[in-house]
Amino acid sequence: MTADFLDLAFISGLTGATMRMATPIIFAALGEILTERAGVLNLGIEGIMLMGAMTGFLFTFNTGSIWFGVFAAACVGMLLGFLMALLSVNLGLSQHVSGLGITLFATGLAMFIYRLHFGSPTVPPVVQPFKQVALPVLSKIPVIGPGLFTQYTLTYIAWLLVPALSILLYKTTIGLKIRTVGENPVVADTVGVNVTLTRTLCLVAGGALMGIGGAFLTLAHQNMFLIDVIGGRGWVAIAMVIFGNWNPLKATIGALIFGFLDGLQLRLQSVGVVLSFHLFLMIPYLLTIIALIGVSRKAAVPAGLLKPYRREEKGG
Amino acid sequence: MIRFRIIKRKPLPGWAKIVIPIAAILVTLVLSAIPILLAGGHLWKSYYYLFHGALGTRYNLLETFVKASPLLLTGLAVAFAFRAKFWNIGAEGQLLAGALAATVLGVHLGSIPPVLVLPTIIIAGFLAGGLWASIPALLKTKLKVDDVVSTLLLNYVMIHIMGALLFGPLQQPGSSWPRSSAIIESACYPILMTRSRFHMGIIISFVAMLIIWFINKKTTFGYQAKAVGTNVRAAHFGGINTTAVILWTALVSGGLAGLAGVGELCALQYRLIMDISPGYGYSGIVIAMLGNLHPVGVLFSSLFFSVIIVGAQTMSRMTGVPTYIAEVIQGMALMVMLIFLLFTEFKIKVQRK
Repeated sequence: MTADFLDLAFISGLTGATMRMATPIIFAALGEILTERAGVLNLGIEGIMLMGAMTGFLFTFNTGSIWFGVFAAACVGMLLGFLMALLSVNLGLSQHVSGLGITLFATGLAMFIYRLHFGSPTVPPVVQPFKQVALPVLSKIPVIGPGLFTQYTLTYIAWLLVPALSILLYKTTIGLKIRTVGENPVVADTVGVNVTLTRTLCLVAGGALMGIGGAFLTLAHQNMFLIDVIGGRGWVAIAMVIFGNWNPLKATIGALIFGFLDGLQLRLQSVGVVLSFHLFLMIPYLLTIIALIGVSRKAAVPAGLLKPYRREEKGG
Repeated sequence: MIRFRIIKRKPLPGWAKIVIPIAAILVTLVLSAIPILLAGGHLWKSYYYLFHGALGTRYNLLETFVKASPLLLTGLAVAFAFRAKFWNIGAEGQLLAGALAATVLGVHLGSIPPVLVLPTIIIAGFLAGGLWASIPALLKTKLKVDDVVSTLLLNYVMIHIMGALLFGPLQQPGSSWPRSSAIIESACYPILMTRSRFHMGIIISFVAMLIIWFINKKTTFGYQAKAVGTNVRAAHFGGINTTAVILWTALVSGGLAGLAGVGELCALQYRLIMDISPGYGYSGIVIAMLGNLHPVGVLFSSLFFSVIIVGAQTMSRMTGVPTYIAEVIQGMALMVMLIFLLFTEFKIKVQRK
């Protein structure tokens, strides 16, 4: 019985599924790292992802171009990121509350617009989703090759973004400025870095990544928009940021573990293992919490996180 | 060049605390015109049906109270937690925990005297929600795990626990749907008014509001919770056992959300189903903020929200505007309120350079 599904096809399928399920989390976690490194916790992530998922689907459905859908999702993510910046950076409102407000607002808006456009059809409308692309040579590696290197283009982009964000944050002047704004906005301001602008831009760029992460779910993982399509993946991404100690590479490892569990659960269901699928669906969330317990005591939270910055209050 | 600066202002007089939420609600209603017009709804007709649907007839008015009951409880749950800066975003999961406990007892308590059934269920529902909320509180106080993230993630854990039980031990025998057996008759909340669904849970939620008000205003614990919420370090050095305060806060907060679950189960559904809550736990966050974390404020904002939710049904039927407009309005209300609250503390100064 065990040998039946632990064969090569299963392993290759599982590696593929791991990568696939990790992709939206990677996009979202990278976006969140960017904003948190600049000192803003963006709890709007779940709503931004849902808006991204809906917008990507809507534009692809109407134009027939998937890439246009992805672009639209990124734009909506940027808009919502900007809204978050207005509330939490420019007005200096509580980051917790503004973020949750954006999630609630964006969730309502996504469902509203979807219903407005599609009504309540008995069969949900579908789009022609992304096709997986096998990388030459690499996908021919035995056992893991076919799974690892036959992926959606967006997954490959996510892989490239991980080192890109690491280099941006740790090796460039821009990254230094972002981290200074997140660690100590007063110092950043003193040396002439525009705190408000930096935080705003990080939220806008981070929002774009979150939007794309959401769009992956409706344009690659599935080919339709369902209301629970995000299913807490935004919150998981935030947990992965903490788990990864605000480091893109480590957070990606966390995302891969989550992707593995998510993929395992899907695989086991598809080979007909009789076990409540709800218990399986629970495992990733449970393990995420356990992982947080492991890292939280020595977490290196950016010192300026959650603190709105107003010039007048400098030193006071 | 003109620059805008946000600077602190003198504290506003007491009446502002009442005027500002009302102004925020009015502004939100005006802003709601945007999604209504986008949906092609006739503006005045839509507003008319929104309010007529919620307040226009006896049945609709009572139905607005039916809807307000879980919202008031989750709103109180969130407000009570936020006041002590315990970021409980998990009212949804705690509500489900309460409903789950009520289901297990409501189906199986046939052997005890009928008068004891409801009290047992209510206490168990409160404890189930409270204990579920005390997990993230323990994680926060003992292991420094961020409460926002842990409460959120635990919502999903609870949804899947419920799913596993509804497809397993709790599933109604012979049913292929994820639903439990019906609870026994003595486990149902009495209906207090004929030809309506106005039930005992509404009274419970009002009493809960008064109790929370009393705790906040008149007890040492209420004072300590406020101190912890204002400055946890100062509270600690002032001799307050902050860990205990946060744990008790979580227990009460989760318990209130659990009661909302009990009410939905024992007064409306009579059996557990997967979508027993359309997100009352999340709405509770907005309601708590809109009510400025004050119990009476929470009461009024939960009534406002139930008007929107109940009214949106009629509006949708009559004008074709999707019912999800209720969610959009909720989100807008929160943001408008936040901005309004900001200007109670700060003002914008225009500088010319």
